[in-house]
Amino acid sequence: MRFDNYEIGEFFDEMFASAARPRATARRLLDTLEALPEDEILNCQRAAERSLLQMGITFNVYGEQAGVEKIFPFDILPRIISATEWSRIEKGLKQRIHALNLFIDDIYHDQKVLRDGVVPREIVYSAKAYREQCIGWNPPRGIWCHITGTDLVRHRDGQIYVLEDNLRCPSGVSYVLENRQVMKSLFPAIFATARIRPVSNYPNKLRDMLEYLAADDMTRPRVVLLSPGIHNSAYFEHSFLAQQMGVELVEGRDLVVDDGSVLMRTTKGFERVDVIYRRIDDDFLDPERFRGDSLLGVPGLMEAYKAGNVALANAPGTGVADDKVIYAYVPRIVKYYLDEEIILPNVPTYVCAVEKDLNYVLEHLDELVVKAANESGGYGMLVGPHSTEEQRVEFAGQVKAQPRNYIAQPTLALSRVPTIVGDKFEGRHVDLRPYILFGKEIFVLPGGLTRVALKKGSLVVNSSQGGGSKDTWVLAETPQMEHDELETNTAAFAAA
Amino acid sequence: MRAMLSRVADSVYWMSRYVERAENVARFIEVNFQLTLDAPSAADQQWEPLVNTSGDHEEFAEHYGSATRENVFRFLTTDARNPNSILSCFRAARENARTVREIISSEMWLQLNKFYLLMNSAAADPRRLESPQALLGEVRLAGHLFTGITDATMTHGEAWHFCRLARKLERADKTSRILDVKYYILLRSIEEVGTPFDDIQWAAVLRSASAFEMYRKRHGRVSPRGVVEFLMLDREFPRAIQFCLLAARDSLHAISGTPLGTFRHPPEKLLGQLCSDLSFAGVDEIISHGLHEYVDELQTNLNQVGAGIHDTFFAFKTPQPARRLIKEPVQ
Repeated sequence: MRFDNYEIGEFFDEMFASAARPRATARRLLDTLEALPEDEILNCQRAAERSLLQMGITFNVYGEQAGVEKIFPFDILPRIISATEWSRIEKGLKQRIHALNLFIDDIYHDQKVLRDGVVPREIVYSAKAYREQCIGWNPPRGIWCHITGTDLVRHRDGQIYVLEDNLRCPSGVSYVLENRQVMKSLFPAIFATARIRPVSNYPNKLRDMLEYLAADDMTRPRVVLLSPGIHNSAYFEHSFLAQQMGVELVEGRDLVVDDGSVLMRTTKGFERVDVIYRRIDDDFLDPERFRGDSLLGVPGLMEAYKAGNVALANAPGTGVADDKVIYAYVPRIVKYYLDEEIILPNVPTYVCAVEKDLNYVLEHLDELVVKAANESGGYGMLVGPHSTEEQRVEFAGQVKAQPRNYIAQPTLALSRVPTIVGDKFEGRHVDLRPYILFGKEIFVLPGGLTRVALKKGSLVVNSSQGGGSKDTWVLAETPQMEHDELETNTAAFAAA
Repeated sequence: MRAMLSRVADSVYWMSRYVERAENVARFIEVNFQLTLDAPSAADQQWEPLVNTSGDHEEFAEHYGSATRENVFRFLTTDARNPNSILSCFRAARENARTVREIISSEMWLQLNKFYLLMNSAAADPRRLESPQALLGEVRLAGHLFTGITDATMTHGEAWHFCRLARKLERADKTSRILDVKYYILLRSIEEVGTPFDDIQWAAVLRSASAFEMYRKRHGRVSPRGVVEFLMLDREFPRAIQFCLLAARDSLHAISGTPLGTFRHPPEKLLGQLCSDLSFAGVDEIISHGLHEYVDELQTNLNQVGAGIHDTFFAFKTPQPARRLIKEPVQ
């Protein structure tokens, strides 16, 4: 397999600056791949798939027969990010998380941001994840969004945009860690020389952050990971993270609230729990406070939380800031709290609750991507240019009925990375989800999950919709040529 | 020792039991295979006793009818409808392991998952069933590997003791059933007692418990009395019932911290009694009592130990309601 006939098309390609000219960041990898005997790349790809299957790195697919597991498709060609570009992304993410945390805290306290008219009051109050129960609450260490997975995309113009903030229970980091494991075993020589920044420290950082949330006088706080259980699509990740952190994986039925404290049932009686990394939505956390029909949560958990006897990550109520309508206001939120210009721009967003925007959206449905404000996983979404007339009519009806629930964005030409398709390389669209931990300080894992839309032409990268993943390499230093190239890109973008 | 979640202890326990069970089903099939291959005539090739021994004869009758070698073999190896087939055992072991992946080592999971995938592909490929011995050998190896990996990679704390407890109880139960296979065969061919064919059969029983060579070193000549003594009462051979129950008792006491020779809960009491019964039982008493009857009682007692472990460690418990201070639950 060779890259001779590889076409970058009319997209930004992460590996090639033009058809025949690889980017400097990719040169070492391409030299190695080109030197491999014929078929060896395909053998590597198959070896990777085999080891992922044997490791049982699978997810459950909703809507299919119970207990069906699939491996998350993986492509061995990585996405490579230069040190220069990464340092800008890192700064941008820290800025964004810092501002969002201030925003959430403000929303549940003085609401200055609403009084000053930066974000419309009714948008916040009507957000599905806004929790009245959290008003006046001071979470441990003043942190609400401890774990974030922000979705980034690169458009044809070369610019990186923030597509979504995932502040609730972002998943996927286990694939980052396992994909890297597989890549290191396949290409040890490249890792030995290419100075790719490691990711394996994530579970340590996560555990440190969680322990930081416990009261000061606690020498060894008991941290647990609360999972909905084995039927959840991210169950593999829950058990993987618990294992790698060395903490208990618990389900709601393992916990009980007694005397204002959270206890877990053990073979030797009950033991106190101090910090809960919960992978359950707010709605299901505590049937006494939120949804009464929840079987996943723990009755009385919110009482224990508010009594300060247990810390929850992320804090209940955090989701208000990843409402897709509130997303549209994030550049203003950053400016308001930090008095800084936003480093990583938003994708231009039409808020259907605003009449002018609504009219524009309805007239341009065939060009736009329309998203439901509170859905994730690629559900509740219309990709205009790939839709049928019938789908557009149906969506227009839904948008008109509940404009608050929808936003629209121009269809971005997501950047592409060469991907193995059959026995050749073809460009496939990707996004990037870096993971950010907010504890004593804000930590951004170098790289993140590169998701790839495996269907030709598709822009939807979600695993539930036929997406796969790639390893993401952040280089420890930027090759000089790539540096120049970036400068040129940025200059061109600024000029345009 | 750090305490563990009841739910997790339950899953670890059953993971371990199912792996041991799969291995023993393979051993059952192997002993019968050896017996029938050496049988003087086709009429003596009996496969039905095997189904009886594994206790699923109704299930079998419903789906198969006649107990041909192929039918029984398929039923016990790759038939997902039989809850105790090798495939089902590995599936159940893996399902349990999946819920406790953060407790067991990655190596244990990898081994279990690899083997599950192998059995799944064997189930889809009828050719694998044509040369059963190779497959059965792999199942046995998988069991050994899992046990070895467990011992070598998992902290010998509470979870490990639950693994060991489960494995030893399951093995004691299954070794007793392997002896029983021979009993069923004997029923059909009582006139052969003491013939060369009888000796061959007893040797096959030993082989299926990987006990032949070790038996030779201990007892030399193969005799029914020697085999019963070795497989039931030996304190040093790792598949002997006595050996298994002593180890199970040690783990049970390690979990609860109760000193040996005393008890704090029903399973400790019962298992302790079983161990001392076996310690002071003579092989002649067992034979004169009737081997099959003795094995039957033993199995009943082992079931009670299992039920007691469930009630003591795994069953759902709540704190005393009197200690609850939360006054009014919010609607």
